[in-house]
Amino acid sequence: MTEVHQGRLETPFYGRFKAIDTLNEWHTWNGYTVCNSPYCADLEYFAIRNATAVFDLSPMNKYRITGPDAGAYLNRLVTRNVSVLGPGRVGYSVWCDNDGKVIDDGTIFHLDEGDYRVCAAGRHAAWFADAAIGFDVEIDDETADVAALAVQGPTSWSVLTRAGFEGLESLKPFGLVHMELGGRPVMVSRTGFTGDLGYELWMSPDDAGVIWDRIFEAGELTGIRAIGTDALELSRIEAGYLAPGLEFLPADETVRTGRSRSPFELGLDWLVDFTKPNFNGRRALAEEQRRGSTWRLVRLDIEGNKPAHNAYVFPRESRSRSDIGFVTSAAWSPVCKKNVALGTVRQPHGRPGTTLWVEIYYQREMHWQRKMARATVVEGPFWAPDRRRLTPPEPY
Amino acid sequence: MTERYDAIVVGAGHNGLVCAGLLAKAGKKVLVLEARAEVGGAAVTRPFADGFSVSAGAHLLHQLQPRVMKALGVRIPLKSERMPTIALSQSGDHVFMDEQTAVGVSDQDAQAFTEFMEWSDTFAGFLNKQLMKPPPRLGSGSFNDTIKLARLGLDLRMLGKADMRDFLQLIGQNIYDELDARFESDLLKGAIALDAVTGTHTGPRSPGSMITWLYRLCTGGHVSQPAGGLGAVSDALAERAEALGVTIRTDTPVEGIVVDNGRVVGVDTAAGRFSSWKVISNADPKTTVFGLVGARHFESTFVRRVHHLRSKGNVAKLHVALDALPEISGLRPEDFGGRLLVAASAEAVERAFNPVKYGRCSSQPVFELSFPSVSDDSFAPAGKHVMSALVQFAPYDLAGGWSDVARADFHDAALRVLEETLPRLRDLVLHSELLTPVDLEAEFGMSGGHWHHGELGLDQFMFVRPVAGAAQYRMPLEGLYLCGAGTHPGGGVTGAPGYNAAQVILERERSR
Repeated sequence: MTEVHQGRLETPFYGRFKAIDTLNEWHTWNGYTVCNSPYCADLEYFAIRNATAVFDLSPMNKYRITGPDAGAYLNRLVTRNVSVLGPGRVGYSVWCDNDGKVIDDGTIFHLDEGDYRVCAAGRHAAWFADAAIGFDVEIDDETADVAALAVQGPTSWSVLTRAGFEGLESLKPFGLVHMELGGRPVMVSRTGFTGDLGYELWMSPDDAGVIWDRIFEAGELTGIRAIGTDALELSRIEAGYLAPGLEFLPADETVRTGRSRSPFELGLDWLVDFTKPNFNGRRALAEEQRRGSTWRLVRLDIEGNKPAHNAYVFPRESRSRSDIGFVTSAAWSPVCKKNVALGTVRQPHGRPGTTLWVEIYYQREMHWQRKMARATVVEGPFWAPDRRRLTPPEPY
Repeated sequence: MTERYDAIVVGAGHNGLVCAGLLAKAGKKVLVLEARAEVGGAAVTRPFADGFSVSAGAHLLHQLQPRVMKALGVRIPLKSERMPTIALSQSGDHVFMDEQTAVGVSDQDAQAFTEFMEWSDTFAGFLNKQLMKPPPRLGSGSFNDTIKLARLGLDLRMLGKADMRDFLQLIGQNIYDELDARFESDLLKGAIALDAVTGTHTGPRSPGSMITWLYRLCTGGHVSQPAGGLGAVSDALAERAEALGVTIRTDTPVEGIVVDNGRVVGVDTAAGRFSSWKVISNADPKTTVFGLVGARHFESTFVRRVHHLRSKGNVAKLHVALDALPEISGLRPEDFGGRLLVAASAEAVERAFNPVKYGRCSSQPVFELSFPSVSDDSFAPAGKHVMSALVQFAPYDLAGGWSDVARADFHDAALRVLEETLPRLRDLVLHSELLTPVDLEAEFGMSGGHWHHGELGLDQFMFVRPVAGAAQYRMPLEGLYLCGAGTHPGGGVTGAPGYNAAQVILERERSR
């Protein structure tokens, strides 16, 4: 009988984090022990924006999809057209239930002809297996078999090159390449969760420690830092990316009607391709497109400097009218010098360029205060420097 | 070259023919494509030995719905009508039954039988009202569905307080307990128990065997034999359909239903492509989804439901050419014109069912027999006879598979067990053929060899027959419909699924 592991799991980089950790602030992510912040979230954040930050994303769920029907299978599973995603390319997509509501988002790595990896925050083995009925595909959960490291920031390309990853200068955003470092195979993709120049490295757990050490040696002089989830979360909001559980609730976990969101309601219209063959949610989404959506995701630039955590959103400054939505993620953005937030509001409110009002709550010596703040709906991410796309990247 | 039709029906089973005929009557240009050389699907008469023929699938006509016949203007000549049911006893003390009376049992049982049949008829009548209309969609919010649902509720309420309570109680009940509470004759209980479970994957003690009994009554409490067998019914329907303008092409298997940009556009055959915005599948739901269209054209939740549709057949079909009628004490020669049951008791039926749960055949199978040659001389040479038997239970997924040896073993066992009730039977056999559920699947293209194209059970009944999302004959793929036994109300030669499907299609067109 195989032994069943009890308690939290350790990622292949756990020992490395433990060695540099000074705060001892940890939490569970997908069953693994991960670090909130090893020494100072602010400094870690600035490493993302000004140098190189290294984040352990091994707990991400990773599913390998292979077989003759792998491409057709994924094309039916997700809303995006996977048939145009060539080998060596990565695509961001969402997948929906039959009602056209988003179950999760994730990235699809076309590793090799007909060989794919899907990375997602949630666990989807059952949903993926059900969707495989009638297709000649094999689905393996390889979460524990692949160690993953995000190396992000303006100097990340230089650091990786110095570490021995040669030839990355030609890797375009959302491209992937199979490399070797000292005889150890590493798949490098130009992807990330920070909205900046950055890479993700995928390797065997056995090689994880050695590769970590090589990268840190190479980055020593350019301010490389290991970062925890707190710093990453701030950069995620700046980049305007969605977090499952915040910007949307996975459709298979919602109980009440109207609590899940369609791709249209998350500003992901560009991911829904009605010109491709049938996919999960197609009929419902076509109907929604015809009738109009209920919700709209908004990116808000808010006056003042108090983060609008959990704020209600109003169409006017006066609260006499009922609220039209709420903020789902909020932060003061150091790099943009702006008070930013993501939120969900009822249509037709929230068109880019319009003004909304948020009710900000804050505490002063036990007593709660509230304040109406003007919020401008902006289009696109708050932080999107040109260098994130530049190929080859600038050297440091 | 492609030819364009208003509708293409895949499969010329009786329901396909009914549907095609009704659409043509409404002015549509309809094409029916049949893979086999003859029409009728499992309602077909064919030779099985030199000079002998038999209704190879369904062997008795339970109730072709009068409304279907009227709508099409078809009349089916019958050789014997309202056939009596005879529960055979090894000792010669048979029980003779019709729709109200039982003879050969104690006075108490006779009275109880009449009461039971009247009681059953009340509920069967309620179910019968639901046969000839598509079930409403639940939670659709549409006015039409709400009205239909309200009418269903009204029908239920009109049963009266006591009967409504009884009905709600008996829906999930097993028939074994009910029979035990009412009767003392084992033979009588065995006969009703067998009728309740024939064609399903249940024993009399399985929950839900009460509703299948009522279903049987509501589709045909009485049984008849059409002149020329069940094939003649199909031929009459095909003839009428052609007279109404339907084109029927036999020997034209459909290789696939063609989908383009999320909707059906036609079918592909070896003879080329036929185009139509509407394709109506008379095939069972699994064959339709996985064999004809392809899973990728449906959403995964729906595919999963269809994949898990319970459709494992348990009935084998035995066809025997006889040199003469067997001699059974207490039975006159004309009694062979009835429907003969071989099931000693309800427990015998339950025991016959037990092994199939584990992929094995009954060692003591139970039988429904008919001798079509007794009332119709077209089945056998003069003086000779044909026996057609439903043999239960034989699992579709037999442990070890249906090898020639396994088939021969069950064939022998069936004849040996029958001989306990029909003396010297094996001496009279000139030729004999056994069709296992696997053979029935191969011959008639029914998934799992299941007579109802999918188990008749509460989880696959009315609103959710065959599965949620396709219970109104419309598949969740624009232009694709179902009209076979897999849909409401289910199998048997009733014509109701084909009729209802045609109504849905025409109604949908009118509302546009």
